[in-house]
This record gives sequence, structure tokens and C-alpha cells, in this order.
Amino acid sequence: MFAYYSQLGLRSLRRNPMLTALMVMAIGFGVAASMITYSVFRAVSGDPIPEKSAQLFMPEIDSWGPQQNEHGEPPGALNYVDAMALLRAHQASRMTLIYQVMQTVLPHEANAVPSASTGYAVTADFFTMFNVTFQYGSGWSTADDDARAADVVITDAFNQRMFGGANSVGQKITLSGHDYRIVGVTRHWDPSPRFYDVWSEAGFDNPPDFYFLLNRALDLHTDNAGRNSCRGRITYNGWDQYLQSNCVWLMPWVELDTAAEVTRYHQFLEAYSADQQRAGRFAWAPNVRLPDVMKWLDVREVVPPESRISLVVALSFFVICLVNTIGLLLAKFMRRAGEIGVRRALGATRHEIYAQYLVEAAAVGLAGGVLGLLLTTAGMSGVGLLFEPEVARLAHLDLSLIGMTLMAAIFATVAAAFYPAWRAAQVQPAWQLKSN
Amino acid sequence: MQIKPILAALRHHKAGTLLIAAQIALTLAIVCNALFIIHARLVRLHQPSGIDEASLLVIGNQWAGKPGSDQMASLMAADLDTLRKVPGVANVYATNTFPLGNGGMALGVSHSPDKLKSVTTSGIYFADENALATLGLKLVEGRNFRPDEIGQLDRQGYVKPDVVIITRALAALMFPQRSAIGQPIYISAKPSIVIGIVDELRTPWVDTSFAKWADYSTLIPYRELTPIVQYIVRVQPGQLDEVMHRVRAALYAANRLRVISPKDGVRSFAQVREQAYRDDRGMAILMSGISVILLLITGAGIVGLTSFWVGQRRKQIGVRRALGATRHDILSYFLTENLLIAVGGVVLGGVLAIGLNLWLMKQFELDRLAPGYLLAGVVTLLLLGQGAVLAPALRASRVPPVEATRSI
Repeated sequence: MFAYYSQLGLRSLRRNPMLTALMVMAIGFGVAASMITYSVFRAVSGDPIPEKSAQLFMPEIDSWGPQQNEHGEPPGALNYVDAMALLRAHQASRMTLIYQVMQTVLPHEANAVPSASTGYAVTADFFTMFNVTFQYGSGWSTADDDARAADVVITDAFNQRMFGGANSVGQKITLSGHDYRIVGVTRHWDPSPRFYDVWSEAGFDNPPDFYFLLNRALDLHTDNAGRNSCRGRITYNGWDQYLQSNCVWLMPWVELDTAAEVTRYHQFLEAYSADQQRAGRFAWAPNVRLPDVMKWLDVREVVPPESRISLVVALSFFVICLVNTIGLLLAKFMRRAGEIGVRRALGATRHEIYAQYLVEAAAVGLAGGVLGLLLTTAGMSGVGLLFEPEVARLAHLDLSLIGMTLMAAIFATVAAAFYPAWRAAQVQPAWQLKSN
Repeated sequence: MQIKPILAALRHHKAGTLLIAAQIALTLAIVCNALFIIHARLVRLHQPSGIDEASLLVIGNQWAGKPGSDQMASLMAADLDTLRKVPGVANVYATNTFPLGNGGMALGVSHSPDKLKSVTTSGIYFADENALATLGLKLVEGRNFRPDEIGQLDRQGYVKPDVVIITRALAALMFPQRSAIGQPIYISAKPSIVIGIVDELRTPWVDTSFAKWADYSTLIPYRELTPIVQYIVRVQPGQLDEVMHRVRAALYAANRLRVISPKDGVRSFAQVREQAYRDDRGMAILMSGISVILLLITGAGIVGLTSFWVGQRRKQIGVRRALGATRHDILSYFLTENLLIAVGGVVLGGVLAIGLNLWLMKQFELDRLAPGYLLAGVVTLLLLGQGAVLAPALRASRVPPVEATRSI
């Protein structure tokens, strides 16, 4: 029966090519617009580290106080004093501190010029906490952290650029005039958004080239290339005074595996702040937060408003296309009232008429979906022209998106066809035959 | 034209009528909000920065190695010298950032040294005696920096300028009653005397969250000794492209131990502006595209449904024609019918548009929809409806009276 209905459907589609083309185009454009914006939205709003996002927390301590913080919220990063205190307290199973750096790299060939590179100063736990996997070698140990080793972990892309992709573990690399020994080359690892650094940047910038030891970076007075935010009069002069200032720039992350640990760590933060209050460093009551990854992304409002507005607009656009399709299907089905009358008179049940027209609608939906897929593919390459390349490079067509495009088109069209098909099934055979 | 029979006929096509009205309503709601967003974005695209963008280049330079402060000062001086000798270069200075640069330093400005609350936040530009001439900024009051006033700021150094040049907007905010020249302002714990006022200079950020102090810029007489420095180059008229190629070669010829990104190390301000407002332009294009397709689809939907109605009513039309109705009567019947539906649609759509705008205002901090956009949307949709219905209505008007006698 399904094959017969499909055949009828195709024949009917050919009968009013204009009307059919209109419907297919409406659905195609609607679904394409929705899918393109959805793919961008999905890329920017997804869970960057799904296997661990519930165990990773960002400790926040209000070091600015109610008069200088923003709307009562802690600043979002730590100053050097608080960051080091948390690191030394060892209250979490794992902890890392992060800041962004920009370094020049000396080339290997004598006639080439130096190039720029970006990276992060981190502690040993960074790699284990964030499940960074290695192509060659590994990260460094906490003992290396204490020994302030001149070790560096480079990314696969940077390894490709500098060493042509060969195993470079043990090689030397010169970053801004200092020599480092490569201990590991990561596999491709670029969580999107880069959750551990969304305080400092939008989270979708180009991925880093390397990671080196925080302790050594601090020893070498390596400038923070990310965000730095200070309150009150800036009166520091020189690196050591800067470290003691209220400027926040270090991004801490802790790993807490159970709810009990989370509670305990939260209490620890409160106790630490209370100690600071007693010591006279803070003139305010403890004000701490401990969001996990997804909560933190939400607090930082990582999803760009552009992609949210365009998602809303594209979805409304799809709804309008569907309303349009309902109208056109109604016109199309009711035009064949005579034919329906004959079929009903010959014994077709209402149910069968209903089924036939839904199958016909599904055929329209499929055609619309295929057109939508073509437009989506074309649109994807256009995203890069319209939006920041950082965001655009995240949007890509994959199997799930192809499947979703087709399914959305078919389901939406069938849903839109319910009312027109019901009207068609209500046709009174006697009336139609009489007027014939 | 009698409205009553049309209304009576519409009652027999409730579903179709409602669908067209709903589609017009939704289209209006989306299109006039989209128009509004497009316009807001286009306005941003052309926001003046206050500087003479057409004849400026910006070079992003990073020293390789680990130069110390003294070394950086001499490297920078040598670079400025090199750049000045490049044919076609009119002027040059070194700074931390520039308008539309989307990065830099912001400090609170207040009337006294002890501050928890400042009057406003100001964007800080490092400048020297050549900055004003290079950028093409007009002094409206006071004087420029003297070469002997230009200090050097080490990394993590204490920013405490003795003298500053501020924008007219900042001067008016700090000293509404009198001239700001000679008055102290505090961006550090030390007073900084205002020696000059420039007409207009926007802060480096384009993001709307910085918009409330976008006009409050402060120029401070420092060269910042960090490994990353921006050179702003003023080019003689008509030589922008040539100089763009020359400066990179000249700098590398003078000293190879540096990084000037091959991709965006040397940019004209046209490129800087394009990159700064890329998302705004993208949004405007996306919204325009969606609006146009939406209008086309709505128009097509009206054509489709009306054609169906005309087909359904051929016999009635024939009867009316036989009873003496002119072609014109039939044509105006369908036009009026569509107008009635469309008016119903735009009334509902107007409400939806305002509702959507209120929601967008809450969610995305957009402004209130100006009534002009709603009006433009209403007129567009009414015209679109009449245009779309014209072809089927003309076809209806050509139905011959003899149709009344045929059985189908």
C-alpha cells in the first residue's frame, strides 16, 4: 500500500509543478537556514569535555569586595597571592593554574625569520585533569613543577609546523630567548569552547601551540598575554609588586570527584576567605563560588549573542515556511476533492485517504530536505564569510547534521500535513459525485 | 466595493484565510525586527573612530629573543627611524593599541587620588609628540605633548603621567562648568594635568558593552617597553598600497629578529575596520537574506492559495459575470479580499513584532523598535499581498460568463 501511495504522491507532485516547487523551496530554505544557524549554535554551546565536565570546578574568591566587584560577583580569576595559596593548600585531588602567554619561536633554518606562537603556562595536573592525550611522550610531573624544569609540551599542529610531524620529544625549542626541552606532543586536543580560558578570551580563538611550566614562567617574569583586571589605583611598579597587587589574571581549576569533595572544597574556600578577613586582607565576609564547567560557561555567557539571535530568527523562519506549507498543501489536497470523492465512493476508507495524503506530504518533505541539504552545504561555506573565522571553523557538516536536516524536513512537513490531510479525508463522496 | 459579501465568502474559507493572515503576521514580526537589527548593525559599521583612517597603516611587531628594557627602547627608536625613512611615510609613532583594535588598557578617571568610585572608565592610548599628527587628530584646546615629556614605561610599570591629552567628551564630563585645560585628573594616585583636548577619539573596543564610555579616551605620554608594540604609520596621499609592502621589507632589512605576522602583521585601517565589525556585517547580511527569502516565500504562499481559490470559484465568478459584474468588479473583489486578510494579518503581526522586540530587548539588550520600522514592514507586506494576488485575480477577471453554464 505504501508503495502505491508513494506512486500516487509522486504523480500528484508532477501534476502541479508550480505548487510543488513552491512547497519544496519553502521547506528547503526553511530547513537550511535553521540547520546552518543550529550548527553554529551547537558548535558554541556544546559541552567541551563531556566525560569530565561535572568533575571540573573553577574556584572563585571575591578578592575585590562589595565596593569594587561587579554586581556582587567574584572577579572570575584569581590574583597571584590567592592562587598560590590555593595551590599550596592541596585541598583538591588535582589542581592547575593557567595563564596565557605569547612567545616568539626561533626557526631551525638559518635563513628563516622568527614566528609568533601562543600557549599557556600551566601546572602538571593540567594534562591529567583535562584528559589531554599524547602522540609522543607525556606531560611533566609535579616533581618537575617543583624543580621548575624547562620542559614544554607542544601540540600536534605546532609539532607539524616546527618538526614536520616527527617525534620531537627530547628536542630543544627556543621560545622568546629561553631554551625548552620538549617532553610531549599532544594529539589534537582543542575543546570548544576552550572552557579553561573563557575568562580571558571568547573561547573560540585559534588553539594554543604549547604548554609550559607555570613556576618557570613566573620565574622568568613571562608576561600574561590574556586578560588582566585590577581595581582601585594601580600603583605597582615592577613584577614583584604586580604579583602582590589585586590584579586578577590566573585561572584556577580543580578536580573534585564526589559531591562530598565538592562540599568540602567549598567549605575550604569559605574558610580561606574567612582567614583572609581575620588577617585584615579582606574587609568583607567570604564570597566564594565553585561552578563546574557547564555552569561556568553559562556564567561567562560564552555563546555569542549573534548565534543565539540568528538561531531564534532561523527557527521562526522555519515556522513561517511551515505555515506556508500548510496553506499550499491545503490548496493542493482540496483541489482534488473530486478525485477523493471517487476513491471514497469506490470503497477507500477515510483512514486510507488520510494515509495517502500523509505519504504524499512526506515525499514533499523529502524533496525539501534534499534541497535543504544542498543549501546547507552551500551555506556552511558562507558562514566563514559572515562570521568570525574562529566561530565559523567550528561549524561543519557531519552525518548527524545531514540526518537531522532530512528528518526535520520530513517530520515538519508531515506534521504540517495533518490538518490538510484531515480535511481531505472529510470530503463527502456523495456531494462530489453529485456536482460531477 | 461591498465588504459584506467578501466577509461572507471568507467565512467559508476559514482555514485558508487564517493561514494567510498568520503567515503575514509572522513575516511582519520577523521582518521588521530584522530590519531594525540590520539598521543598528549598519550604523555601527560606520561609526567614526575620530582618526584619519584612510591614510593610516598599523604594524604589529613582536621582538624575538628576550630584550631588556634599554634594548627595547633602542630597538623601538631604531624602528621609528627606519619607518620614517621609508618613501611615502609621512609620520609614525609607537603605541599599545589603536581605535578598533579591540584590546588595550582601561583605567578609572576621578577627581581625587583616593578612589573607590571613579567618574568614568577611560581607554588609555600610549602616545608621543607625533601621535596627534599621525592619527590626524585635531586639538580643539591646549597643546600637544613635548618630546621631553615622553616617558618610558617598563613592563608592569607604574602608569603615572604628569600630563595627559583627553577627548572633548571626557573633558566635558569631568569639567562641565569650565575648561579642562590645566586641571588635574586622576588615573593614578598622582595628578595628571590636562594639557590638550582633542575633538574625537574612540576607545579601542567595538563591543556594545563598552559603548557607554566609547568617547572617553586619554592619551598618555609614554613609550611602553614590552616585546609587543604597534606602529601607527601615516602614509602620504595615494600611496597606501605601496607603503604597505615597503614597510615590512624595511623593518626586516633593519633587524631580522622580530615577528610581523605574514597574515595580519601589516594592515590598513580599512582591514582593521572590516575585522573589527565582521560579526556586525555578517549579521546584517544574514538578516537581509532571511528577510528577502521570507518575503518571497510569503508572496509565493499568497499566490498559491489565491490561485486555488480562483480555481475553486470559477463557476461562481462565471455566474457573477453573467449577472452583469464587470472584469474590474472581479479584479477588485480579489484585491479587496486580500487587503482585508492582510490588514488582519498586519494588525496581529504588529502586536507580535512588538512582543518579539520586547523579548529581544530582554534577552540581547537590543533597543526598542522604532515605529518607522513597523510602518515600513506594514506597508511592505500590504504591497506584497496586493502584488502577489494580482496575477491570480487577473486570471479570475478573465473567466468568461459562459463558465456559469458549464458543469465543472
